[in-house]
Amino acid sequence: MSPELLSALTVFVLAILVGFAVISKVPATLHTPLMSGANSIHGIVLVGSMFIAIEATDLASQLLSLVAVAFATMNVVGGYVVTDRMLQMFKKKPVAPKTVDLTAEQAEG
Amino acid sequence: MDFNTVSDIVRLAWLAGASCFVIGLMRMNSPATARNGNLLSAGGMAVAIAATAILLFARPTADGSVNGTGWVIIVIGVLVGGGAGLYSARTVKMTAMPQLVSLFNAVGGGAAALIAIDDYLGLKAAPDPQINVATVLDIVIGSITFSGSLIASGKLQGLIAGKPIMIPAGRIVTVALAVVTVVGAIFLWAGNLSVPVMLIILAAALIFGVTMVLPIGGADMPVVISLLNSFTGTAVAMAGFVLGNDVLIIAGALVGASGAILTKLMADAMNRSVLNIMIGGFGGGEGTQTAVGAGGSVRAIGADDVAIQLAYAQNVIVVPGYGLAVAQAQHAVRELAELLEDRGVDVKYAIHPVAGRMPGHMNVLLAEANVPYPQLREMDDINPEFDRCDVALVVGANDVTNPAARRPGSPVSGMPILDVDHAKSIVVIKRSMGRGYAGIDNELYTNPKTGMLFADAKDGLAALTAAVKAL
Repeated sequence: MSPELLSALTVFVLAILVGFAVISKVPATLHTPLMSGANSIHGIVLVGSMFIAIEATDLASQLLSLVAVAFATMNVVGGYVVTDRMLQMFKKKPVAPKTVDLTAEQAEG
Repeated sequence: MDFNTVSDIVRLAWLAGASCFVIGLMRMNSPATARNGNLLSAGGMAVAIAATAILLFARPTADGSVNGTGWVIIVIGVLVGGGAGLYSARTVKMTAMPQLVSLFNAVGGGAAALIAIDDYLGLKAAPDPQINVATVLDIVIGSITFSGSLIASGKLQGLIAGKPIMIPAGRIVTVALAVVTVVGAIFLWAGNLSVPVMLIILAAALIFGVTMVLPIGGADMPVVISLLNSFTGTAVAMAGFVLGNDVLIIAGALVGASGAILTKLMADAMNRSVLNIMIGGFGGGEGTQTAVGAGGSVRAIGADDVAIQLAYAQNVIVVPGYGLAVAQAQHAVRELAELLEDRGVDVKYAIHPVAGRMPGHMNVLLAEANVPYPQLREMDDINPEFDRCDVALVVGANDVTNPAARRPGSPVSGMPILDVDHAKSIVVIKRSMGRGYAGIDNELYTNPKTGMLFADAKDGLAALTAAVKAL
């Protein structure tokens, strides 16, 4: 086994253990956003797609890498935006109206 | 600045990005920091991608020229994919979220598989066996997750029947496909370079994804999506091995681990093993209709009667289920709850871990309707309180309330349920006596304490709100 592969394997195993440790603490309330958030993280595959796109010289590679880049970007952008949409709804109480009233009163006073 | 310096800086930027993913996930522990955590993760992603672009730009090529076509491909791909992702993520209704997440998962897995396919097509000689293992695994796992997630998404969207679809001799076909994949993979791992064999593996894995998900009922899709999410993470990590890129390995392994844990948690909540779910064929799916009153007498109740019960209660627990999601009734239920709170009634929501179509599905819907999250209570936390509860209002939930689960011999046996039958009075809002995904009658409905308000969740809640206002 080459040193590069050995170090890659080390990183792989440690990252799995970190994943277990981090995830097992999340309460059920946040499971859907978590699934969606984790889903956007594997959009990192865009980095790999960019590598194959820049190295593509024949038509087959160019087409494959074009689809890969488009797929991966959809995963990244859509994933983070939809997760954010879910999470921005987790508020304690709607406080916004009160702040508005307050500033309105100040303006009057 | 020479290329080696640039390369070092880019690697550090990838490390920073990977750290942001880990810290971001940690911050998703609490609703208060979750949004911040997701933004941190997104920031890490932006840094990693920007660093990659810089690396590719600075990298000397063989003949010293810039690969213009490569950049055109990247720009077009990013614009098309990013546009499609942004548009669908911003316009999707909260109730349709699970299928969109599944779709994003499909394209992520597809991209990972394409990287390995492209790598394999470019090979001149059989590669190092260890890299070869990663390439073949990437193709297999990525293809399964691509086709499987598309089917899961189609089922949730209603494009494909939600009920389990049994393929004639389906098990044999699935096993045969698995055998073809494994034999082909071993042939390639043995050091043979063969594009046709790679394409056969690809086709077998794609069909395997379809035959794996088709027999699984729509209600089990959360577990399936979670499992496929884990698969995609693993496929991306394999793509990292193929390309020798650490950030892909770290992020992929993180997601692979998280998806596995989540899948296990969800299967545990249904008291079923992941294997049992994946074998499929469970229950009759949604929409199995039976006549009102089948298997015992049912007491129908009108909105005005329910309104009086609710308005003069001390403690009310709302039990939301998939019916609430389908009817988009989350705002209606919040309106009713606020009205009751104004009258001094203590209102809480009991959230079963597998209510809806994704873990936490109900939490997201109710959060969308501005229900404060401290009011959302998890099963173990709320169950003792049903004993003190005056009215339990069940909105579109079925199997998670069925007392039959406490006895052996029923398809839901052993599944932890909400102790709704302990409440002093029970009101169920439901369109018909249709069964849940387990395909069995719910004994709660024939309980003498239970009144059935036959209505669509949204209409029923609106009628209740109007009736309470009129009191």
